[in-house]
Amino acid sequence: MDWLAEFPSLGKRDLRDLKKGIDGSFREWSRSNGDAIEAFFDPLYFFLVWLEKLLIATPWPIILIIVAGLAYLGSRSWKLALGSVVSFMLIGYFGMWKDMMATISLISVSTLICIAVGIPIGILMSRYDRVQSAITPILDLMQTIPIFVYLLPVVMLLGIGRVPGLIAVCVYAIPPIIRLTNLGIRLVDKEILEAADAFGSSYRQKLFSVQIPLALPNIFAGVNQTIMMALAMVVIASMIGVKGLGMPVLQAVQNQYLTLGLMNGLAIVALAIIFDRVSQRYGQRLQAHRYGKEHE
Amino acid sequence: MSKTKLKIENLYKIFGPRGKSFIDPVKNGMSKQELLDNHSHVLGLNNINLDIPEQRIQVIMGLSGSGKSTLIRHINRLIEPTAGAITVDDEDILSMSQLQLREFRRKKTSMVFQKFALLPHKTVAQNVAYGLTIQGEQESIAKEKSHKWIESVGLSGFEERYPAQLSGGMQQRVGLARALATDAPILLMDEAFSALDPLIRTDMQNILLELQKDLHKTIIFITHDLDEALRIGDNIAILRDGKIIQKGDPQQIIMKPADDYISDFIKDINRGKVIEVKSIMQKGSSKGTSLDSSCSLEDALKVLNNEKNNECSVVDDKGKKIGKVTLDAAIGALFREKASRNKEKYK
Repeated sequence: MDWLAEFPSLGKRDLRDLKKGIDGSFREWSRSNGDAIEAFFDPLYFFLVWLEKLLIATPWPIILIIVAGLAYLGSRSWKLALGSVVSFMLIGYFGMWKDMMATISLISVSTLICIAVGIPIGILMSRYDRVQSAITPILDLMQTIPIFVYLLPVVMLLGIGRVPGLIAVCVYAIPPIIRLTNLGIRLVDKEILEAADAFGSSYRQKLFSVQIPLALPNIFAGVNQTIMMALAMVVIASMIGVKGLGMPVLQAVQNQYLTLGLMNGLAIVALAIIFDRVSQRYGQRLQAHRYGKEHE
Repeated sequence: MSKTKLKIENLYKIFGPRGKSFIDPVKNGMSKQELLDNHSHVLGLNNINLDIPEQRIQVIMGLSGSGKSTLIRHINRLIEPTAGAITVDDEDILSMSQLQLREFRRKKTSMVFQKFALLPHKTVAQNVAYGLTIQGEQESIAKEKSHKWIESVGLSGFEERYPAQLSGGMQQRVGLARALATDAPILLMDEAFSALDPLIRTDMQNILLELQKDLHKTIIFITHDLDEALRIGDNIAILRDGKIIQKGDPQQIIMKPADDYISDFIKDINRGKVIEVKSIMQKGSSKGTSLDSSCSLEDALKVLNNEKNNECSVVDDKGKKIGKVTLDAAIGALFREKASRNKEKYK
């Protein structure tokens, strides 16, 4: 009765051969195509490096002014603008300015990529049920698979550095914007769509003048979530050589440097809070028409 | 009688994945209930035939679930029929390609919705101009036209407001202005005033009737409210379970209800106000005072009572004598037939 106690499984040797086979062929494939793929991502790499250098080279007072300006434009709140400037100053005062700039450039680029790729995918999903049912499980996979599992093939293909880091961040951060774009468009009032149809709108007119504007609050919630998730990936991305606030945290974990870890960790938290509050306020302002607040 | 603008022939709609395959059974007499119980398909419209005259207001009345909203959506093909034909100006709507259909919706029809269906993120002016904008009309022209319609529905000064800032009645004025702005000859109104308070509803009816005097559009007006139907309809079709059970002008419906269902429907109306003298007119002439043929019973009774032999002559709108009316006939018309009380109730 042995066969009942032991689950029937592939033999040890077969299993080893299987793994070896897949590993070997992937390694071979990545060796022969790695350069081409790397070349494909080159523009991204140069853009990332350029932005990082630009941010570091810009005199800090100008950065502070830009930060204050963006925070105020986004949130229309002086308190938030002031808070952002003070946090930036504190982070800089404790010697983390350069790392912060590197992190900001990574977050900005990955958020832009997620928006540029995610929103069109979300629109496609909202238009075709088949696309939705094909992509939803992929998004589930992206959100639940342990990060290291897909970090490994990315590193094998592209080596260590900014671009694989960026890809890892994007894979992790893109699902919310896709999901919320799809959801937002699907939630648009059927009666309003019917009205648009009744007046003879084309699909494109309906999409750009009705569906997307009305889905914007949801889409923006997706952007906000994407930014937050990208920030959450900063430390893990540093494991494959991405510079920024994550690197010192990683060092601190490896060497038990309590203060170093705490300082950089708190800096990430501060950035997260600023990004979150500003983008949330901006998203809320997009819904002003719903409550008729603009013309009181 | 003006010419037919819109012709609906043998129209069927069966909701469900295999609607087409049940057309023949339904034509051979399968009932709505049978179709639902045995095949889980819903019979939405059952053999609709209706000629809608040009420049008149055609009311389609029925209770909820009678298929009236389904019917109006067939006219601009927001819903595709299962079988049948719809022609506008002798043009077949159902054979139109998507592109032709879009053009038809832009130029020939416009629609007012029960829940207004305004674009919440656009201002009143932008909403009214919506139909023109998607036709690619120049911004200045669209603005000018929409301004004119905003004025004609009495919303001047609210151009830059958002729909959420307006009351229900005002929102529906925007809906009406939006529909009128495209100058489409056919106006589809799907329970357009049903969501409004009674007073505001009367207001909107007045606005519509007032505008119609100049515009002469072909209006298809859906309602579940009999008073509204009698008030604004030149013709009324009564729909029940997806079937038209009576069609005619308001006087015909009141004086000769086709069945108990309709008699029950009209039992609570104020007959003195709705019935017109022409409906109880007899042949012959009288020496009494002349009454207009569209004079209401209520007004006629007063005059008839003061006449010596309780008779009046009836004249048409050109002043020509066309018949006479007696007090007895007028009083008789005020009573509604009670026959339906004793008969078996309709299902």
